[in-house]
Amino acid sequence: MVIKVLGPGCTKCHETEKIVREVVAEASSNASVEKVSDFQEIAKLGVFSTPAVVVDGVVKCVGKVPSKNDVKSWITA
Amino acid sequence: MSGSCCGDKKEVMILACSGGSNVGQLTNQAAVELTREGFGKMFCLAGIGGGLKGFIQSAQDTPQVIVLDGCQVGCAKAILDREGIALKSYVVVTDLGIDKVKDRQLSRDEDALARVKLAGKAAAAWSDDATQSSCCGG
Repeated sequence: MVIKVLGPGCTKCHETEKIVREVVAEASSNASVEKVSDFQEIAKLGVFSTPAVVVDGVVKCVGKVPSKNDVKSWITA
Repeated sequence: MSGSCCGDKKEVMILACSGGSNVGQLTNQAAVELTREGFGKMFCLAGIGGGLKGFIQSAQDTPQVIVLDGCQVGCAKAILDREGIALKSYVVVTDLGIDKVKDRQLSRDEDALARVKLAGKAAAAWSDDATQSSCCGG
């Protein structure tokens, strides 16, 4: 599983990445977590605003910091 | 994509039908100018219409979406309905008293454009008030 946290790098993006990494660790998941700041790559995914989270190529949330429960549901689905 | 990430300002998404008529192109021009003015940011209705998941998720997750349709055919509305995206701020250009004409010149009409932009802003304001205030004194 590949999880991408999209954003230019600011408080909410860092918070999102932190939450994602925490949930992955707590779930003992093998998922890789990658931070994407490149505008072109973000735009290609159809993301309107950041932070955004993509799991295995599927955009899961846009423009907000997800809750831990949200992230858990995405990686255990 | 929106440039601001961590500000408190809620981003307003603007979707225009951009259809093949004078009124369709009025929606497009209004979306361009509202974006330039900083009122919101135009986004890709075509991406949503094409079923591209990221675009659909963006529209679903954006609290304030203004939809501009040129006429009663309602193509933008139909796209959002199909994807289960709630229509909160909706403007139909022909409902503003602007006729859909067969003039292929698509000449710019400043008065009509101003009316469409104003209607878009009013629809957004109304939708914002409706979600924030309670109705029955609760």
